[in-house]
Amino acid sequence: MTDLRKYAGMALIALALLALPLVLTSMGTAWVRITNLAILFVFLSLGLNIVVGMAGLLDLGYIAFYAVGAYVYALLASPHFGLHLPFWVILPIGALLAGLAGAVLGAPTLRLRGDYLAIVTLGFGEIVRILMNNLSAPFNITNGPKGITRIDGLNVAGMSFNSTDTLFGISFTGPAKYYYILLLLLLCVIAVNLRLQKSRIGRAWVAIREDELAAKSAGINTRNVKLLAFAMGASFGGIAGGMFAAMQGFVSPESFILQESVMVLAMVVLGGMGNVWGVIAGALLLSFVPEFLRYTVEPAQKMLFGRLLVEPEVLRMLIFGVALVLTMRFRPAGLWPEARHRREFGEKRA
Amino acid sequence: MLATALLEALNLEVHYGGIAAVKGISFAVEEGELVCLIGANGAGKTSTLKALARMIPAQGEIHYRNARLDRLPSHDLIRHGLALVPEGRGIFARLTVTENLAMGAYHRNDKAEIALDLQHIYEMLPRLKERAAQVAGTLSGGEQQMLAIGRALMGRPQLLLLDEPSMGLAPLMVEKVFEVIRTVAAQGVTIFLVEQNARLALQTCSRGYVMESGLITLADSAANLLADPRVRTAYLGE
Repeated sequence: MTDLRKYAGMALIALALLALPLVLTSMGTAWVRITNLAILFVFLSLGLNIVVGMAGLLDLGYIAFYAVGAYVYALLASPHFGLHLPFWVILPIGALLAGLAGAVLGAPTLRLRGDYLAIVTLGFGEIVRILMNNLSAPFNITNGPKGITRIDGLNVAGMSFNSTDTLFGISFTGPAKYYYILLLLLLCVIAVNLRLQKSRIGRAWVAIREDELAAKSAGINTRNVKLLAFAMGASFGGIAGGMFAAMQGFVSPESFILQESVMVLAMVVLGGMGNVWGVIAGALLLSFVPEFLRYTVEPAQKMLFGRLLVEPEVLRMLIFGVALVLTMRFRPAGLWPEARHRREFGEKRA
Repeated sequence: MLATALLEALNLEVHYGGIAAVKGISFAVEEGELVCLIGANGAGKTSTLKALARMIPAQGEIHYRNARLDRLPSHDLIRHGLALVPEGRGIFARLTVTENLAMGAYHRNDKAEIALDLQHIYEMLPRLKERAAQVAGTLSGGEQQMLAIGRALMGRPQLLLLDEPSMGLAPLMVEKVFEVIRTVAAQGVTIFLVEQNARLALQTCSRGYVMESGLITLADSAANLLADPRVRTAYLGE
């Protein structure tokens, strides 16, 4: 009976997820795009969650790995170098190179923790962005601040993801098709993260976060395990970056500024560090709320005061900031915290 | 060099920047022994222990059975049968008691044996069994110390390095922790104990070393050290 209910519930959720782009398309294709970006932010948050939430290593330059993935895709599938490799070749390369970049960042920072690590990672994020900005001379690799344009979209079995197709009398727009492939990827990414959370390596990450000396004494090779956290976390960022480049058809350094790193970190912390579901909730919420406000702040002001009192963009970020502060004030462990964090914070309140 | 020495340190030195914390000491622990290293605050006891466990850089040789510890990385020591219970216990505060104990067997693959060892630890430390599902951070100081010892035992060590197990504990709890230490020793685990509570340490151990500003100044049987006037005035408060 309960099993039946569980399966029925799951079927309903699956159906809702499948129908979502069709519903959103009727509200405007923009909303499908927003949803796709939100899913990318879920990838990013889950990747950062490995580093920050599980292993306890504060990383403020995480967006650099997103940049690596995006640029790898852009360079290997655009007229810039005249290369047009298929996406199933590029995405793994992007994940691998981002993972490598993660290890490169991890290696010199192994002895650092907390604020010190945060500063170094922040610097790393900026280095990557500035590199992308300046690698246009003497050899033009990244095309500098102008970015790389006309990036190939996904192409599966002859079906292009950048045009509208009609199937069974329903028309699927480009963004809607991306949504489905992102949904598929998302399921894989969630499955991997859930497994990691419960695995031996996941426990080793938590042990390092709690007490490094004791972790070493228990036989954990803290150096390798930390490097693995950096590399695995980064590789998720690389995959997200590749999908981002394919979806947008254009990448430039200004997509990978510090604010993006901070945003992803906020998603992880607000959702509930260490808990996969909490992090997903955090990423979705912080992706959608600003967009939702974008469409409601202006009409709401006009309705209330008859005219615009505050610049919509300013008000939007103000509301967003206040909401963040309030959440952290009343739910310090995040909206949906990891059981361990919850127990700890509950303890302190009692 | 003692013929039966399980652990032997030769000219061990530890420096923090320009400051020498341990100034070239030598000592040995034989198989099955319960040996303590006593001394005042800042004498270099914890530095000595951390150097043995390869947690901090040090000069000098450390022989352990046929291995040279000074050439091994710290995380390999448990595979050679050497476990450290760090100062301040170092439990994983957000993991449950059982998870903490499981982490002690991290390097092992023998699941059935691990389960048996866990049962054994719970028999020896029933208080931990009562709190098996509780987060370790919510345990009392004494229970945390027991947990730290239990976790180290889950690695099946032959040599246990204990750093100040009495630190910050109520006198009654200190007694209990030392009771556990004696039980563990009776089961055949060799123990090297660093302790500020000189009287209790010497009453528990068979042999002792006294450390003063980075040097070992006395080495004798525990009974002789307890009777030594220098020890009595400096460490036993008489």
